Amino acid sequence: MNAAAPTARQAWLLHGSLLLVALVFPFVFSSSFAVNLGVMALFYAFIGQSWNISGGFAGQLSFGHVAFFGAGAYAAAIVQMRWGLSPWVGLPAAAIAGGLVGGIIAVLSFRAGLKGSYFALITLAFAEVLRILANSVDITGGGLGMLIPAKPGAANFQFPERREFYFLMLLLTVGSIALALWLKRSRFGARLAAIRENEDAAKALGIDVFREKVKVMVLSGALCGIGGCFFTQYYLYIDPSIAFGMDKSVEMLLVSMIGGAGTVYGPLIGSVLLAVINESARALTTIQGLSLVIYGVLLVIIIAMLPNGLVDLFRRKPSAKADAKGGR
Amino acid sequence: MDLSIIGAAAINGLLLGGVYTLVASGLTLIYGVLHIINFAHGSLLMLAMFGVYFLLTMAGVDPYLSLVIMVPAMYVLGYLLYRFVIGRFASGKDENILLITLGLSILIENLALMFFKGDSRTISVSYIDDMVQVGPTLVSLPKIISFVAAIALCAALGLVIKYTDIGKSIRAVARERMGARLVGINVDRIFAISYGIGIATLGAAACLLMPIFYVSPTTGQVFIMVAFTVVVLGGMGSFAGALVGGLIVGLTESFGGLFLGESLGQIGISLIFILILLLRPTGLFGAKR
Repeated sequence: MNAAAPTARQAWLLHGSLLLVALVFPFVFSSSFAVNLGVMALFYAFIGQSWNISGGFAGQLSFGHVAFFGAGAYAAAIVQMRWGLSPWVGLPAAAIAGGLVGGIIAVLSFRAGLKGSYFALITLAFAEVLRILANSVDITGGGLGMLIPAKPGAANFQFPERREFYFLMLLLTVGSIALALWLKRSRFGARLAAIRENEDAAKALGIDVFREKVKVMVLSGALCGIGGCFFTQYYLYIDPSIAFGMDKSVEMLLVSMIGGAGTVYGPLIGSVLLAVINESARALTTIQGLSLVIYGVLLVIIIAMLPNGLVDLFRRKPSAKADAKGGR
Repeated sequence: MDLSIIGAAAINGLLLGGVYTLVASGLTLIYGVLHIINFAHGSLLMLAMFGVYFLLTMAGVDPYLSLVIMVPAMYVLGYLLYRFVIGRFASGKDENILLITLGLSILIENLALMFFKGDSRTISVSYIDDMVQVGPTLVSLPKIISFVAAIALCAALGLVIKYTDIGKSIRAVARERMGARLVGINVDRIFAISYGIGIATLGAAACLLMPIFYVSPTTGQVFIMVAFTVVVLGGMGSFAGALVGGLIVGLTESFGGLFLGESLGQIGISLIFILILLLRPTGLFGAKR
């Protein structure tokens, strides 16, 4: 891979110690405030990873990932509120809804040959269409949103303790990181990297670029949809601007870009950092907006100076990929 | 449906479209010359609208009069932004500049939130509720002023681009950067000037919008999709396209609200944007690339 790639043993040591830290965190910091912070950090690492899989690994920049998130969030709410099914059915339903929306947007956009900035902008427009639809049709409850009645109990996917949500979110995040690790090593991941670096060259190598891009958008959409389902169950409320608001698309992009797009741990690093910034800003001042000001500056600096994100700071030597990118 | 309601909606839509045209003309100029997508366009417009708001509330400057302050001020801001931020990263992948301008817009929006708080603000001046009889319906006077001024400013911008030396240099750079450099044009300076002019149009648009709209830190998000839609509809880089695009988008919004209701009515703009990109990415007037 690259010069600084850790040996297999070092890598497992890293995964293991991170997991250990994550496992003991809610016991060491057991206040409901701290656990909630942990849940949110993991949640953003998870949806950030879903963005990273298409935006980072495959290089398909999206400004509208919230389309998949919202589709999943509403799918989860609809199966239990409108169809009377178990909230747990919401989990696969959300994955299917997110994957479906991802697939439809991908087929339409890639069929039309949209790339780069144009793809980013059209995803934004699709998310906006979904927001307006959710605001207008009956099944989503329109602008009022959907309030899910509180029925605490594991059978209802509602845990009385935040710590239980924490462990569920940890499980999901570990799964998303495992998926990213697999992508790094699999043939599919290699094809995506080829597409990211040079689409024409990838085509010349015989890669079915259209198919691979649609596949990765379905995968990313399904993952993001699961994030939406979790969000619905955690807050028991969803409305059009929460589900399809642009701010969440931007946050997914930010955690992934700032941590390191196209890297396995980038979204986690980004989301932990942003959680820390968020809470420090809140501790320092009651003025809104400070933490996002910092993110905005960070984004500009990262694009300008660390194209691989903060992950680069943890590497001993600049990776081969960073060199190739810097040379352009 | 009553014909006069449709007529009123059409007039309102067209009047709105004039300001959209002005907002989009800056975006299309920047795209045409620099080949970058300026995602910070909406947030810079919001900033200019706050400028107009504070000029009135703190210094008592009439919003239309503040044109002479806001246009140069936004030009300077745009020029400096290009020189110190955007110009440094304008090369390389086009996604990078989109992300840089996204970072800028996050920054501007949240600085505004920090300093001005999240409330929506409107201004009040004596003529704000004045109405004028146009055909069968009454139309708000500030809307008419905005429309006329926006179209006049767009035309003036078109003339500057067409006939002045700076305008000729801008067109030369837009057409062929290398060739422009070879005949002795300072391309980087032209880039900074073009970006400055593109942002200066927002200063003008802000003065025309403030009497008929509100401003809050998220106002930019309302306009960003509209501006992009106008630009892709007319063809990226085309002025005539921005005019027709602006009017079509204004009408779409107005009729959307009339026929589909307040919430579903907004869907038209995003749908136009999607359909144009999917079916005719060069826009109605853009040349084939």
